[in-house]
Amino acid sequence: MSLYQYTAHELRDMLRRKEVSAAEITDSVLERIDSLDSVIKAYVTVTAEVAKSMAKAVDAQLAQGSDLPELAGIPMGLKDNLNTKGIRTTCSSKMLENYISPYDSTVYEKLIKSMSPLLGKLNMDEFAMGSSTENSAFFNTANPWDLERVPGGSSGGSAAAVAADEAIFTLGSDTGGSIRQPAAFCGVVGLKPTYGRVSRYGLVAFASSLDQIGPITKDVTDAALVLTAIAGHDPMDSTSVNKEVPDYTKFLKEDVKGLKIGLPKEYFVEGIDPEVKTKVMETVQKLEEAGAEVKEISLPHTDAALATYYIIAPAEASSNLARYDGVRYGYRSETAPDVLTMYKKTRSEGFGPEVKRRIMLGTYALSSGYYDAYYLKAQKVRTLIVQDFQKAFEEVDVIVSSTTPTPAFKMGDKIDDPMSMYLSDMFTLPANMAAIPAISVPCGYTEAGLPVGFQIMGPAFGEGTILHVAYAVEKLTGARERRPKLPEKGGAACE
Amino acid sequence: MSKYETIIGLEVHAELRTKSKLFCDCSTTFGAEPNTQVCPICLGLPGVLPVLNKQAVEYAIEAALALNCEIQPYNKFDRKNYFYPDLPKAYQISQYDLPLARNGYVTIHVDGKTKKIGITRIHLEEEAGKSVHSGDNILGSEYSLEDYNRTGIPLIEIVSEPDMRSPAEAYAYLTTLKNILQYTGVSDCKMEEGSLRCDANISIRPVGSDKFGTKVELKNLNSFRAVQKALEYEEKRQAKLLDRGEKVIQETRHWDESTGRTHSMRSKEEANDYRYFPEPDLVPVVISTEWIEKVRERLPELPEAKWQRFVHEYGLPEYDTELIISNRDMAEFFEATVKLHNDPKTVSNWVMGELTRLLKESGQAITESKVTPEVLARVIKLVDKGTISNTAAKTVLEESFKTGKDPDDIVKEKGLAQISDTAELEKVVAEVIAANPQSVEDFRNGKDRAIGFLVGQVMKATKGRANPKLVNELLRKKLQ
Repeated sequence: MSLYQYTAHELRDMLRRKEVSAAEITDSVLERIDSLDSVIKAYVTVTAEVAKSMAKAVDAQLAQGSDLPELAGIPMGLKDNLNTKGIRTTCSSKMLENYISPYDSTVYEKLIKSMSPLLGKLNMDEFAMGSSTENSAFFNTANPWDLERVPGGSSGGSAAAVAADEAIFTLGSDTGGSIRQPAAFCGVVGLKPTYGRVSRYGLVAFASSLDQIGPITKDVTDAALVLTAIAGHDPMDSTSVNKEVPDYTKFLKEDVKGLKIGLPKEYFVEGIDPEVKTKVMETVQKLEEAGAEVKEISLPHTDAALATYYIIAPAEASSNLARYDGVRYGYRSETAPDVLTMYKKTRSEGFGPEVKRRIMLGTYALSSGYYDAYYLKAQKVRTLIVQDFQKAFEEVDVIVSSTTPTPAFKMGDKIDDPMSMYLSDMFTLPANMAAIPAISVPCGYTEAGLPVGFQIMGPAFGEGTILHVAYAVEKLTGARERRPKLPEKGGAACE
Repeated sequence: MSKYETIIGLEVHAELRTKSKLFCDCSTTFGAEPNTQVCPICLGLPGVLPVLNKQAVEYAIEAALALNCEIQPYNKFDRKNYFYPDLPKAYQISQYDLPLARNGYVTIHVDGKTKKIGITRIHLEEEAGKSVHSGDNILGSEYSLEDYNRTGIPLIEIVSEPDMRSPAEAYAYLTTLKNILQYTGVSDCKMEEGSLRCDANISIRPVGSDKFGTKVELKNLNSFRAVQKALEYEEKRQAKLLDRGEKVIQETRHWDESTGRTHSMRSKEEANDYRYFPEPDLVPVVISTEWIEKVRERLPELPEAKWQRFVHEYGLPEYDTELIISNRDMAEFFEATVKLHNDPKTVSNWVMGELTRLLKESGQAITESKVTPEVLARVIKLVDKGTISNTAAKTVLEESFKTGKDPDDIVKEKGLAQISDTAELEKVVAEVIAANPQSVEDFRNGKDRAIGFLVGQVMKATKGRANPKLVNELLRKKLQ
């Protein structure tokens, strides 16, 4: 078994036992990227030197016998909307293609403190808008389980890299499912924390009231490990919550006896792929057999969530993305005779079609005369969605569903049909609307060998509980055992 | 203007004097090299977030209390979206439907009349940057340069009710408002540095009408005088339009100081729909009653309270009062002096006269002056006791202003003490009478003026040190 195939916690233990060096681990993953990324195309930028120098520092510290942070020497990748000083932060947009950030995001600062080597920056849907990573201005990323299929999105590069062993773990961002949906499509673990659990400082904003950064990992233990490292209050983010960060690995156990699990009836309706539904129900049954109490619950405003989301998220995005005007940095159309034309041309040429679509949606929703009917109404419905969950969590400890209605779809299948693309987030975006934590963990595979994601949602700051259930699911289903068949060195996938 | 009534409302923007900006810790110092007081946050780089400066909220509360406003307990911020190169995020963080304060007023004194001008609202927001165009405006320029040092400096917008009825009232409102803000110290209110700015709304209506006319917004008002002149021009312009049976168009007009006219500035670059919505990057700010009371306790005595006291307790004329309270330090200096020498009018004369002249000439602030209330009180006392003449007192004050020396020492060193010794003076008087028979004769013939000449001669002979009152008495006695 090659080093790049291990999980973070396995490598951590091997490092401590001095069976390997940090340099060996990093080199192994860098070689993996080198040999495979021409096929997967997860990375926008590879930062081999940055990774190697951090690995060297870890080895030096190890040699001195000093204590190491948990993630020391565990190489990782960051979604390319997380600012990294001196390194390109493109958001997979032509607008920021050559943008080099002068500062570090808080999560990257924390990972630097954790001495986790940065392998590079990962492909995504432009400005995190999309569910397939096909909206990247640069290239498509392949799903490691089937190279003709999408890895999901918007954190498609982050999920594909972990699934293809091109990173031990990665960070993504989740506004409506952008961590969980690609994690489900790629057969890895993706966690969206409670809004305010992880600092957003340095995450290029898409929809400020919905965005959260979270880990994408090979297993649930790693998710707990990474979350522990990146969570916490940040004075630079007023919306981050000043609440103690527990050691999330302490919550991990197989025993689910007495745990109350809610099955929202609104999540098991038409549109859901029968194979996906079967796998999810089998998992629920396994949990029940293991002693969990399963009951049907109702989240009555579920059907309004998608429409509400597509008012609020674009409204905030239209404002957040207004700064890309060509004046100070990023792409600027050079042919404009005056500033107004420069604005128009810069933004018309610099943004891709999905970003423009959402900016227009959001601008419309906020315009005078429409504000009350759309934005204000959407905020009111959002409150109802929050209340749905609050009520539900009075009865149950967690709420489970399939992460996505279908397994990974083929590239090109939905790119010209925004509505059907938007529907692939229908089970994930309510957690963003309600600001609650949710995790996607693999629970099985379709006939065609595509992974199916199992979503577990918890009450605000209930990360420990959802990690606990996810851990149980991982053990009960054994889904983690199966890995995609990828060549050791380059070329097309075998089998 | 008797046919029409003028209605004026003002919007004043005052920068708050915090050390750092509203949402980041960049310095707010004026006059630095362009773009040296900036950071990723105020430059609005991708991924940054604002963090509210509590001091700015506190200053805004202080200003609001000084302007007799009610403070909004639940405060949130909103985004005002528009494109302009000096606005790096393409939105300004401001307050829209829930301003920090409402329903205040300012008391003004114009032409012996006292009037309250209502304040509709005060809200907190951030400054934009500064554009310098190669041409007249952004669309007519080859290039424009942007300085973002100012971007993010905290600002309060103070919106008045349309309560002013003349440009003179508008002027009085502005000076009073500025004075109040300076008393509290929350803003230095320097119009020349742009830390205080004003836009005016003006309409006219036939006297007796209770419906407002169409209002015009005036911009580019760079001094209080400019505000008054622009309003005067505008009320005449609107009256002419109405007289001719034409209509006033609702628009923004630009004041041109050099021509003394306003002109229409409806330009394409101006967006109308700001698409306000709550700022999701900031959490609401709750202002507790305790916080408000803590700030209220810190408030100094405000100009209006001083005004009432100076007029009624000290019996100062309104003119003197206005002048002295226009500067908090001067008012405090005045009061400290009156405590040492209870003759308010004389103290006010010295403060407004000699002392102000010396301060102006040296460019010093009253707080930097070597002349303290003790020094001034001593100088006045010396005159009062007849030790020195008024003229000598000016010399003493000037000397003390320059050197900081004790007035009594100066009198001694310079030999400025008056000769009040009757015997000594009688000798001089006798000599002068003997030397000027013509004047003596004139006086005796009823030319009372001649005595002045004789007094002058005595003063000359004593090198100005004779007590003129005494000399006068002695002369008259001798010549009778």
